[in-house]
Amino acid sequence: MIRFNNVTKSYPRAAAGQSALSNVSFRIAKGEFVFLTGPSGAGKSTILKLLYMDERPTSGEVRVSGYSSLEIKRRDVAKLRRRLGIVFQDFQLLEDRTAEANVGFALEVIGTPAANIPNKVARALTQVGLASKATAFPKELSGGEQQRVAFARALVNDPFVLIADEPTGNLDERATRGIFQLLREINASGTAVMMATHDLQLVRSTDYRCIELNHGEIVFDSADAPKIEVEAD
Amino acid sequence: MLALRTALTAFRRAPLLSVLSITTIAFSLFAFGLFGLVALNIRNALQQVEERVEIRAFVAEGTTVERITATGDEIAKFPEVARVDVVTQEQALDRARKELGEFKDVFESQFLPASLDVHLKQGFRDPATVRTVADRIRGYDFVDDVRFGEEWITQLYRLRNIAGVAGLTLGLAFAAVAIIIIGATIRMAVLARSREISIMRLVGATDGFIRRPFLIEGSIKGVLGGFLALVMTYLAMRVLEQYLHFETAFFDRRLATLGVIFGALMGLMGSAVSVGRHLRRV
Ligand SMILES: Nc1ncnc2c1ncn2[C@@H]1O[C@H](COP(=O)(O)OP(=O)(O)OP(=O)(O)O)[C@@H](O)[C@H]1O
Ligand SMILES: [Mg+2]
Repeated sequence: MIRFNNVTKSYPRAAAGQSALSNVSFRIAKGEFVFLTGPSGAGKSTILKLLYMDERPTSGEVRVSGYSSLEIKRRDVAKLRRRLGIVFQDFQLLEDRTAEANVGFALEVIGTPAANIPNKVARALTQVGLASKATAFPKELSGGEQQRVAFARALVNDPFVLIADEPTGNLDERATRGIFQLLREINASGTAVMMATHDLQLVRSTDYRCIELNHGEIVFDSADAPKIEVEAD
Repeated sequence: MLALRTALTAFRRAPLLSVLSITTIAFSLFAFGLFGLVALNIRNALQQVEERVEIRAFVAEGTTVERITATGDEIAKFPEVARVDVVTQEQALDRARKELGEFKDVFESQFLPASLDVHLKQGFRDPATVRTVADRIRGYDFVDDVRFGEEWITQLYRLRNIAGVAGLTLGLAFAAVAIIIIGATIRMAVLARSREISIMRLVGATDGFIRRPFLIEGSIKGVLGGFLALVMTYLAMRVLEQYLHFETAFFDRRLATLGVIFGALMGLMGSAVSVGRHLRRV
């Protein structure tokens, strides 16, 4: 479903020989939950950007749901993103719109018939536990609630994978646990989740798969762990 | 719908720049329009004059009527020539008497020469063609002299060309300014909406969808500019009429519509050029 094949990424304006990612390969199966960890600058966000085709690899190939980074057209990038849910640390909400308008916006701009929008929005807001705050503006909501609106927007079009770049980075511990609980529920309903995070405590508290990056290389992948142990013997 | 709504908000966001872009588009079209109108009216005048454009070849005395008629038939076969009238000495005298009745005594004798009156086809009445045809006719040895209204036809044509070139230059200059201002407006609008645009991209809106409101905004400004230009041109023409005391023709409905469409295209182009460039930076 998602596949990185020997992916190397050097940003155009980076110093010569400096790659944000070098020779990264992994696969993610349908419905899987994967943490992406590693120190700042390790390349977590870069992997996610490659995944939603905001960036293209310098070499290697990224395959997502049948699309290949080698040949995807701009139009198809838009089509692909309609099937992804993307969430950031800074929520990215429109301040001049209510929670429901923010969620509806994602449907409006991809041409969803207006008649279908209210139902889908209500369902998504219920799913993230914010049905009662549908008409609140972002500044009337707590950080955790704002992030839930962002999740509702990401989920409203039934994505097959949810991509979250440090979704709890701006939240306190309690809100973090709430958001994480939400992510587990989303995953339990069949949506794959790929979440970048600094929060090692959170990662260790679960047995979800974890890919750890450092200096643009994969230094640990719990899916390979048994194999590594065998080789170490 | 969404596109129209966002286009309206854009107007509200930068009213000054919007008004400025509309007026520069209007001035550009006004320049085109005013000089176009001058050209149009001169063309009308020329057409009336041209109906009467003829080359008169005076025939040497003693040439036989048969010879004159045969030559007339020959000239009538020139590709530029519509018709040739043979005017005998008697007819010339009659015509002169009719036109200058009071002085009929002067024309007693046969001193008026016979002539061939050559009428040219439409499209061959410009000074250059008239001159070459006249030169060719002058080549017949019994032709004494060839006359045509060279001077003032040339003048009118020159005036028309000057009006055309001046209109084109001024119009293009204003068009360039209009496009630059539209570009600046779009830049502001794109920056003001950068978060909205990046969210649209993230959730899978197509480039065309993201671009549409900006293009609509540009076209609306162009259409408004077009109408403003029509009003300005009309008023300017009225003022000129008052001073010059002659009747002028205004653009017909087709030309007026063409002008407004041209304005819309200008607005559309101005926004299309800059929206692509600025969207890439968001
Ligand atoms: N647009 C860019 N242009 C140039 N270099 C970039 C760009 N984006 C990221 N980088 C560089 O690529 C490397 C990896 O960045 P990335 O954002 O993927 O790290 P990260 O693991 O997400 O870090 P953080 O935990 O701080 O978010 C860094 O060295 C960064 O400076
Ligand atoms: Mg990052």
